[in-house]
Amino acid sequence: MGPGDFLRDKYLPVLIVIVISLLIGFSLIIISSFVRPKRPYTLKLTPYECGVPSAGDTWNRFNIKFYIVAIVFVIFDVETVFLYPWALVYNKIGFYALLEMYLFIFVLLIGYIYALGKNIFNWERD
Amino acid sequence: MIETLYVIFVSILKTALYFGILLLHVAYATYAERKVIGHIQLRLGPMVVGPHGILQPIADVVKLIFKEDIIPSNVDKRVFAIAPIISLTAALSTFAVIPVDKNFVISDMSVGLLYVLGIAGVGTYGIIFGGWASNSKYAFLGGLRSAAQMISYEVALAMSLVGVVLMAESFNLSEIVNKQNELWYGMFLFPQILGYFVFIVAALAETNRLPFDLPEAETELVAGYFVEYSGIRFSFYYLAEYLAMFSMSALAAICFWGGWTAPPVLIKIFPILSLIPGIVWFLLKVYFHIFLFFWLRGTLPRYRYDQLMAIGWKVLIPLALFNIVITSLIKYYQ
Repeated sequence: MGPGDFLRDKYLPVLIVIVISLLIGFSLIIISSFVRPKRPYTLKLTPYECGVPSAGDTWNRFNIKFYIVAIVFVIFDVETVFLYPWALVYNKIGFYALLEMYLFIFVLLIGYIYALGKNIFNWERD
Repeated sequence: MIETLYVIFVSILKTALYFGILLLHVAYATYAERKVIGHIQLRLGPMVVGPHGILQPIADVVKLIFKEDIIPSNVDKRVFAIAPIISLTAALSTFAVIPVDKNFVISDMSVGLLYVLGIAGVGTYGIIFGGWASNSKYAFLGGLRSAAQMISYEVALAMSLVGVVLMAESFNLSEIVNKQNELWYGMFLFPQILGYFVFIVAALAETNRLPFDLPEAETELVAGYFVEYSGIRFSFYYLAEYLAMFSMSALAAICFWGGWTAPPVLIKIFPILSLIPGIVWFLLKVYFHIFLFFWLRGTLPRYRYDQLMAIGWKVLIPLALFNIVITSLIKYYQ
């Protein structure tokens, strides 16, 4: 296989799979639209709230903890992004790879312990 | 040019074959789940449609296609309509790189493992969009919970596989399987037992299965993020959940159980086993994990939300990091 053939031989099939998956979704909806009934009325179209009329709007403020978890997630996800290529070439680099990754994990561990101390992962009301 | 057309033609054929068989398996996994759960709870499960209810999945598909697709009046219509398709597409296209046998894979991509993890992450968007667009309190809470849960466990899931990459020195899933076959016991399960444990727990949480099915906890949130969905769009979420279960099981089979290969030591003792085709081994390993999913659902109660977050951040991530440290140390002194 030549140097320019990877795109065609390895990545084009993936694109085709994604397109076919999309087509399966859309075509099922279209097929179903020919045979399904459509009889809407006001009560049927209200949001479900166990029978009582819906109170207030949903698109509202929500708990800050969700944001904080998302922020911590970004940090740890970046860590994983660094860990993967490191794991791949680990055998070729040897001792330096070991040392540098331990330093990296150590620095992150400090951040992790700080987050623990700030009670980010405790979900109870504090 | 002619080669490009050839690649397109072959991949369409392969995809059609692969997806046809896959969707049949998924349809019958729903039936198997109801049967297994039924027998665990001393019931019979579906018994009406066909002998022992064997035609139940087909009846379900027909029913879902003919159901009215209710779009409530207050929803964000465009996002509401597109969200289930995002979930389904992400769940389906994961299988582009999953090899089921030697040389049967749609794309033998060199970064297969990263692709699987990346696309699995896209599925989260379908759930968040669906929960947000529904403009219903239950769906909203389900979507939020699901977002926090899935991103928390995604970290643990990705880290648990770093040990496998360290041992296999490749992201290519076929290469990972071949590397395992060089060991006499033919699987990374034993050296990576810690990683395997973290992977299985994180996979349960990623696919929103019990005991971590908080996003759709039916006793408190009715059905979580898909409360407002009905008919065909509901079935997309349902399908995506089962497809995710299959892709996680397939990933576990490939990364930890040696994929389509039998352990070399077993073949040495019983040479007759080498006649069994690879796909049978692969399916055995996948269905073991699928059964594990059902079994856990039938056995364990649901965790509380704070317990869920504590398990993810305080247990699984330190365990996965510990596994990486130990694996790299052992690898260095080998």
